[in-house]
Amino acid sequence: MRTFHLTTPISDADLEEIRIGDIIYLNGTMVTCRDVAHRRLVEEKMPLPVDVRNKAILHAGPIVKDLGNDHYEMVSVGPTTSMRMEKFEEEFVKQTGVKLIIGKGGMGPGTQRACEKYKALQLVYPAGNAVYAATKVQKIVDAQWRDLGMPETLWVCKIADFGPLVVAIDTTGANLFEQNKIEFNRRKEAEIQKINAQVRFIK
Amino acid sequence: MQAIEKYTYTTPTLSPKAQQMRDLMTNYITIVSRRLPDDVTKKLKDLAQIEVDPLQQLVYDTMRENQLLAETLKRPSCQDTGALQFFIKCGAQFPLLSELNAILKDAVYQATQKAPLRHNAVQTFDEYNTGLNIGNGIPSVFLEIGDNSTDIEIYVYMAGGGCTLPGAAKVLMPGEGYEGVVRFVMDQMTSYGINACPPLLVGVGVATSVETAAFNSKLALMRTVDSVSPNANAAKMEQLLETGINNIGLGPQGFGGKKSVMGVNVVNTARHPSTIGVGISTGCWSHRRGKITFDAALNYTLPMNKGVQL
Ligand code: SF4
Repeated sequence: MRTFHLTTPISDADLEEIRIGDIIYLNGTMVTCRDVAHRRLVEEKMPLPVDVRNKAILHAGPIVKDLGNDHYEMVSVGPTTSMRMEKFEEEFVKQTGVKLIIGKGGMGPGTQRACEKYKALQLVYPAGNAVYAATKVQKIVDAQWRDLGMPETLWVCKIADFGPLVVAIDTTGANLFEQNKIEFNRRKEAEIQKINAQVRFIK
Repeated sequence: MQAIEKYTYTTPTLSPKAQQMRDLMTNYITIVSRRLPDDVTKKLKDLAQIEVDPLQQLVYDTMRENQLLAETLKRPSCQDTGALQFFIKCGAQFPLLSELNAILKDAVYQATQKAPLRHNAVQTFDEYNTGLNIGNGIPSVFLEIGDNSTDIEIYVYMAGGGCTLPGAAKVLMPGEGYEGVVRFVMDQMTSYGINACPPLLVGVGVATSVETAAFNSKLALMRTVDSVSPNANAAKMEQLLETGINNIGLGPQGFGGKKSVMGVNVVNTARHPSTIGVGISTGCWSHRRGKITFDAALNYTLPMNKGVQL
């Protein structure tokens, strides 16, 4: 495990050395972006109203406090299951040029292809730590697609030291969760054998 | 097309005593949303000491820091504050029995604004969020009349979507035996367990049919993480499953590690000779489960939160 500190805008060279299992802390701009925003861009062909090129998106639906006069405060923000966006992510990365996709849990082959081809990373923030994450958001600088409601709005966040972010897919296309899954399933079969020898309660 | 009839809510008129109980429950729900019960806090601390790799340690450090911040800033510790559930054992002579449903629903409604909790009640088929965090059947109240006493015992539970998703139940043929139970639980761990924010508390129910088994599995999550089933064989199964799931090595957040679970609890009831019902429910590391007891005068105890006052 190595630790990297990145600041947006992010270049291809910034990500070249980073591998699955490494840790990133992020500074700069991160935009919350989840189900409907992905669908609008990819299926409805609506251009994203926020430029995320060389920046980061977060799969999350936060709790935001409206302070009036277009001022907002991030109360609580944690990632949601990224796999739901898998269907759209390859095309999303291609069209937007986003460099970091942050969420919860693993993603699949489409995202792997995108990370390899367009030099991007998929990252995981440890879920359940929503207050900690909110304190790393310094300011909400913009809000787009407000019509989607609080969870789906594109909240443009200025962040400092946002992390820890664990690298789940790197620019070679390696996939931490897929590798883990194979290993987990192998171990599971061995454990079931062991347990089943001892639970023959029906005789 | 017929217009959808929107869910509406008006605060009920409660007796003065019921209002008092409602206010105490509102405060307690708010506390449950930001403070983990003592058994979970202790277990996370123990597990953090076992995971020696820097990646796993970093995750446990983040959890510790997050819980401290939640306490200081008085905010819900996880953004997903679940759809509230209550598991209750009530004495038949408890004076507020007739107002109990109204008290609990209003407490959730009030706590939603106070904590604040996320709006997690979507009316099914009409498919809109009530925006109140209550709806038809939310909160869910499961009531058992225990004895003829004047006391009540209430478990409060907030489970997010992530740790609700692995829930499943199935009816096995007796020929599949307890080996079938083991397979069912273990498969669920590697498919859905990873996304349920491990280390998990795994609840296993064994009974006749899907609803009895599933209900038992949920009751199992109300028990403390280190508790042991009073049945010797069930206790053996708890131990075997705990070791087995730990050896899969999910680690915190599924990143891999030495441990996968905080514990495995089995709750069992008798079965029909021709079936074995098995149910599984999982609690995430942020297992926001509380317990409060009242007597007839509304003196309360909080056995899972030492030092907390409402
Ligand atoms: S599974 Fe638990 S900790 Fe994870 S996001 Fe859901 S409620 Fe929060």
